[in-house]
Amino acid sequence: MKSIKFLTILIGLSSVTFSHADGDVAEGEKLYGIYCTQCHGVSGNGKGINIPDMSVLPRDHTDTGEMSARTDEELAKAIKHGGKSVNKSVLMPAWEGNLNDEQVADLVAYLRKLCCKK
Amino acid sequence: MRFRFILGIFFCLGSISSPTFSENVEALVVTECGNCHALEEPHYEQLTVGERVNRKAPPLFYAGNKFNREWLVSWLQNPERIRPAGYFPPAHVIAGSDGDVVDEGSLPEHPKLANQEAVNIADFLMSLTPYSSRIDEVQYEPGSISWKMGNLNFGKFNGCDACHRDAPDYGGVSGPELYTVWERLQPEFIFSFISNPVAWDPHTLMPHKELNPGVVKKLVDYLKVNGEDEE
Repeated sequence: MKSIKFLTILIGLSSVTFSHADGDVAEGEKLYGIYCTQCHGVSGNGKGINIPDMSVLPRDHTDTGEMSARTDEELAKAIKHGGKSVNKSVLMPAWEGNLNDEQVADLVAYLRKLCCKK
Repeated sequence: MRFRFILGIFFCLGSISSPTFSENVEALVVTECGNCHALEEPHYEQLTVGERVNRKAPPLFYAGNKFNREWLVSWLQNPERIRPAGYFPPAHVIAGSDGDVVDEGSLPEHPKLANQEAVNIADFLMSLTPYSSRIDEVQYEPGSISWKMGNLNFGKFNGCDACHRDAPDYGGVSGPELYTVWERLQPEFIFSFISNPVAWDPHTLMPHKELNPGVVKKLVDYLKVNGEDEE
């Protein structure tokens, strides 16, 4: 019984860590350049080419304070299910239909580098 | 024996005869358009999303399932930019402290064709219809929606204006302008593409939001009403 509990915890932990710890930063950077920079900016500062008419500005991914307040799971959720899923703007679309879990993990890994490893 | 001889000569002459008109047009399209536009379906399953970076222009291998012929003929003679930031926007952006801006100088111009050439090429492109069954599956009858309700649905509820302009002076610039889309594209294509853009292009920059058919219909009806207002 004990071993089953331990196994359950282990599986649970591994599924949690997959979403971020396994992310490939270089792949994430590539994906960010393709899908995210239009709104979040080529520097990740939230000032992409689409912002002039936006009612809510995109997240500044270089803002260490703001980004540190978000867990990796929250970031992954926002990417997969859109801004609405984390009580943010509908202007951030859900990318679950375009990106697989591995690609989302890559993006989260890159976001962590962008925000917090200077 | 004599008959077979004559038949043989006939077939030989046939094989070395000059290309037909449609073959000439196809050769012209391959030469003139093929450098930038995909004229055959790429093997997406063998490609990574990185291929999107290197694309210079929209794929045309399903042009006949996508465009309105009359618009195509007209546009080829007077090609005005549809995508304010080009086909792959990140390639045409300059970072600035106040925000990124489109590097207008880096945007390529589309060649301008003479009338007959435009007609010939449009006719050839309209013959490219590999996804007709997908179009046939679409159950969409153009309807009406109040402009205000449609506009709310487009912007506030679905956030389409983040990337697309629904007026010449309003909306995002990374996606193609949509105030002309009703004139440009077939209604069934618009419906199908919004419903599942990834099915049309696995590496599209358009999010596949898995919208239900009712929501998609409202969006397409808005694009119709809005487009007719712009004319």
